[in-house]
Amino acid sequence: MRPRFRGTCAATRKGRANLAEVQNTDRTEQIEWMLAVRDQRDRASFARLFGFYAPRIKGMLMRSGVPAAAAEDIVQDVMLAVWHKAAQFDPARSQVSGWIYKIARNRQIDIARKAQRPLPEEIETQTRPEEDPGHLLAFEQEAGQLKEALSRLSPEQRDLIVRAYVGDLTHREIQTETGLPMGTIKSRIRLGLDRLRHELKDLRN
Amino acid sequence: MSAIAHHIPEEMIAGYVAGTLPPAFEMVVAAHVSMCDDCRAALEAHETLAGAALEATSAELPIEGDLLARVMDRLDEAPVQAAPVPRMDIYPGPIAAALGNQPPRWRSAGGGVRQQILFEDGKGSVRLLYIPGGMAVPDHGHRGIELTMVLSGAFSDETGQFRVGDVEVANEDLEHTPTADAGAPCICLAATDARLRFNSILPRLAQPFLRI
Repeated sequence: MRPRFRGTCAATRKGRANLAEVQNTDRTEQIEWMLAVRDQRDRASFARLFGFYAPRIKGMLMRSGVPAAAAEDIVQDVMLAVWHKAAQFDPARSQVSGWIYKIARNRQIDIARKAQRPLPEEIETQTRPEEDPGHLLAFEQEAGQLKEALSRLSPEQRDLIVRAYVGDLTHREIQTETGLPMGTIKSRIRLGLDRLRHELKDLRN
Repeated sequence: MSAIAHHIPEEMIAGYVAGTLPPAFEMVVAAHVSMCDDCRAALEAHETLAGAALEATSAELPIEGDLLARVMDRLDEAPVQAAPVPRMDIYPGPIAAALGNQPPRWRSAGGGVRQQILFEDGKGSVRLLYIPGGMAVPDHGHRGIELTMVLSGAFSDETGQFRVGDVEVANEDLEHTPTADAGAPCICLAATDARLRFNSILPRLAQPFLRI
């Protein structure tokens, strides 16, 4: 009998409650898995990424109204794309989660429309990030700050952000919940994104 | 190329990332981001936040036991990957893709103005417009929001001048008469959609603290 993959790491079992821990442990772990897939074509690391992301992508798709069976087909496409496009993954520019999120959304939309979604041109980053550890570290720190800011929100506020990107909100929810005060993390997130922006621009120089 | 002065509103960039933007506007976002480092940075910042949101979800949904095995079995298959379409002349990659890598097949829209429709779905549309210098940009629908991005030349109206890469966002309330600047013709990408009302959760939440 084949094992059921329902998540292989601690944070998966704890669910969304413990985002801080996701940030501190899994982020590094995920990058290691992703780089092992990219550079060594390591199947065990790929299976770990699958264990973490397959259920979450399925959940995201089903929240958008995709039926379970169709969602699993898309999960399959997305994870195969993660394997085949691994060479494009740049840890000085993307988090593993953001990179996989983008692949999943693009695939979901292509399938729904039966046409390719308009995508921005890709830009080449000239130096390999391994040759420029400063960018890698700076991006890691900024992305970490972003996640930390997210994890410090109240559970209700965080859930709102999560659902804005990962699931659809009803009109009633929009009407009743948009008045939430969000000012407490304002400066921190802005700083993180501002730095992110400059990192990206520097990469092109 | 001169610096881009008029950008895609951040809420539309967030909407593109979240997949909630109508297709007509996705084309304009993709075209502008292809030419604008600031908006590309904003897009990738939102992707980072979206990824963090994905990580923060629980993994309660079971995955069929053999799905991993089926994926592993297919890793050695040759990937079906569409190569990204590069820029063609004045047309950024996503527009070149919509044109099938062929120059536009212009059709007269009256008064010297020419157009080619790239996409239409009953609620929204995207088209290329060719406006001779000095001519008014035709009204392309005022039900909802209208985006106009300059690809060549320039146009001006009561709100300012729009040059290559610039995007004007107009709604029903904006009374304006955009006119191609004298001289070279102005070629624009024009999108309209009746669905977007700026009332999604993202604008209100994201705008105050995500604006870059």
